[in-house]
Amino acid sequence: MDDRFAAAWALLPGYLSQHVLLSLCALLLGLAISLPLGVAASRSAAVRWPSLFVASLIQTIPSLALLAMFYPLLLALSAVSVAWFGHGFPALGFAPSLIALTLYSMLPILRNAVTGIRGVDPAAVEAADGMGMTSRQRLLWVELPLAAPVIMAGMRTAAVWTIGAATLSTPVGQTSLGNYIFSGLQTENWVYVTFGCVASAVLALGADQLLGLIESGLSARRPWRIWAGAIGLLVGIAAALSPLMATNTTATYKVGAKNFSEQYILAELMASRLRATGAVVSTKEDLGSATAYRALASGEVDVYIDYSGTLWANVLGHKDNPGRAAVLAGLTKTLKARDGVTVLGAVGFENAYALAMRADRAKALGIASVADLAGKAPSLKLGSDLEFLSRPEWAAIRDAYGLNFAKQTSYQPTFMYRALADGEADVISAFSSDGRIAADKLVILSDPKGALPPYDAVILLSPRAGQDARLRKALTPLVGAISVSAMQAANFSIDRDTHKLGPAEAARDLAKSVGLNP
Amino acid sequence: MISFDAVTKIYGGRRVVGPLSLVIPKGKFVALLGGSGCGKTTSLKMINGLVTPDSGRVVVEGRAVGAEPVSEAPSALRRRIGYVFQEVGLFPHMTVAENLAVGPRLAGWAAPRIAARAAELLSLIALPPDVGERLPAALSGGQRQRVGLARALAAEPAVMLMDEPFGALDPVLRDGLGQDYRALHDRLGLTTVMVTHDVMEALLLADRIVVLDAGVILADGPPGALLADHPDPVVRALMETPRRQARRLEALAAGAGHG
Repeated sequence: MDDRFAAAWALLPGYLSQHVLLSLCALLLGLAISLPLGVAASRSAAVRWPSLFVASLIQTIPSLALLAMFYPLLLALSAVSVAWFGHGFPALGFAPSLIALTLYSMLPILRNAVTGIRGVDPAAVEAADGMGMTSRQRLLWVELPLAAPVIMAGMRTAAVWTIGAATLSTPVGQTSLGNYIFSGLQTENWVYVTFGCVASAVLALGADQLLGLIESGLSARRPWRIWAGAIGLLVGIAAALSPLMATNTTATYKVGAKNFSEQYILAELMASRLRATGAVVSTKEDLGSATAYRALASGEVDVYIDYSGTLWANVLGHKDNPGRAAVLAGLTKTLKARDGVTVLGAVGFENAYALAMRADRAKALGIASVADLAGKAPSLKLGSDLEFLSRPEWAAIRDAYGLNFAKQTSYQPTFMYRALADGEADVISAFSSDGRIAADKLVILSDPKGALPPYDAVILLSPRAGQDARLRKALTPLVGAISVSAMQAANFSIDRDTHKLGPAEAARDLAKSVGLNP
Repeated sequence: MISFDAVTKIYGGRRVVGPLSLVIPKGKFVALLGGSGCGKTTSLKMINGLVTPDSGRVVVEGRAVGAEPVSEAPSALRRRIGYVFQEVGLFPHMTVAENLAVGPRLAGWAAPRIAARAAELLSLIALPPDVGERLPAALSGGQRQRVGLARALAAEPAVMLMDEPFGALDPVLRDGLGQDYRALHDRLGLTTVMVTHDVMEALLLADRIVVLDAGVILADGPPGALLADHPDPVVRALMETPRRQARRLEALAAGAGHG
């Protein structure tokens, strides 16, 4: 508990500075767009209704989906930019997060600007007109000063929303306080989850209170409150951003990871080996399966570990299973030719998608293979992770055996194992390298028809990293080095309920257990 | 001089003003008198271009309203005309002195002249100098009305437009401020157009009363003439109340004298 708290605390400056930078830029950009738009909207109904409608519409999109939406969009734009101007821009991380959060911050500022300006006492407006103010003078001298408290209240709402929603930028590759929450959720590290929630809540409340001080200063015409709030904000922002100034943040290498324990451990393992060469390394965690590969191919990530079957079915779109060696050889050749991606080699263990059941239940029902399962499936419930049911592997195994379950439910991987233990699911889509298979006494059902392809963990290098001798030299010792039992033990050390380790510690122990020198 | 030349204004298919032709010579104090909806406020707002006529034209000091170059119209015209209305419309976020400075600032005066003008205006409306530092919310209704009047006078206009300027005040304040303004009008040589529905106020302050009904002139003449006799039955009925009140007061005064 104390160790995990200390580990979380040590990560705070890096996470907080990124979180504050992102929220601040989104809010300032949101203000720069919404305020002039709000002024125009308060003047003209033809601007007012469409702009408020669009801003409200944006608000109805779940914030996570809004953030995710801009990745493919920016990727396409970047491809266009490469075609036209010869260079692209990163589609992952800051840019999509900034756009999504800016849009998200617009409604409260826009709505309050319109309400505030239209709510100005008509007598003051008539006096302004009657005295001969131009439209611009009326706005700057009369309407904006009188609407300022209402606009400031909108800013407060926008600040709280944006700081909260910024935690969701972690899955699109932007570091934020959400890193605690997402990685904590995956590894059942509730200290991390709580720490992330509390940190973002404290940040949001602090910003809200300081903006509130400015708002009350504006409405009560007390300049000292405005100054106190503004100075408090500036000092807070400067303190939060100071880690960015202090360290050189340009990473020499970027290591990617998908969103589960094994990926965090392997990313840390690779990162530590790269750091040992003297390089500056950053990690991008919690990438989705398809996102991770595209990020690598476009060079936003230099290296990550994927699984041969996943690449075979999802990236290359094959539906067959020609066997382990053929899959690996096919991948190595096709990925290089098509995307310039290098398959450095297989790490040694396999993390296959497999259907698993509790041992006692499988025995009672007389199920040992997926073929046995097919007959009983109509009375059983399937629990899967969030992506399994939409993957081609599921279609392959379903069609090969004619599987038809009574019910299918998707869970976060952690909760999927819980559901199996609680009896809410009878069969789950497990991962063969998962430490919980042994720990929870599960059996993996055999696949006599070979419907699922092999899932050897392979190291993938981006086109640039493939040419980098230093990186290749640091990572080549990992090829063939890690057995499935070593990986299961490492995974379990962070997935278990007691004496949990962080990914970095687990990576260190794993390196030691398989005899890798740093 | 202000002149209306066959001016009409139509709202929602209904003609609320006109055709209206009227000449107001320089230095006169004219009251536009009538009930609500008679078109008096609309007519007033056509003088400073807050309302644009649908036909005909309004000329102020030799220049047709709305005929200025686009770059300065219509705000330039309004800066030369003082404007007072019933809601006063002091800017609540500015002190009294800042409110008084708005007109001169718009007219491009230098800062020292603006400051001197604010002090001068406060003494003109008989308010102590420290009132200048207060916000409008800290003033009484009568003080606010005086400040509104002073603000309209701040940039030294030659023409004053007043829309029910004393309407929100109690009768004693109302009469006092009315008399004070009339004295200012004479001293500064202003041309004043005042809209009112109060017959007594129009009779006591104006040189000339124009009675409007449904946007057209029913009667136009000096207070004495309108009070004495008028062929139009509506105007006669309008004048009957003050006449009756005057007879009653006279009788009371005579009775008190005999008693």
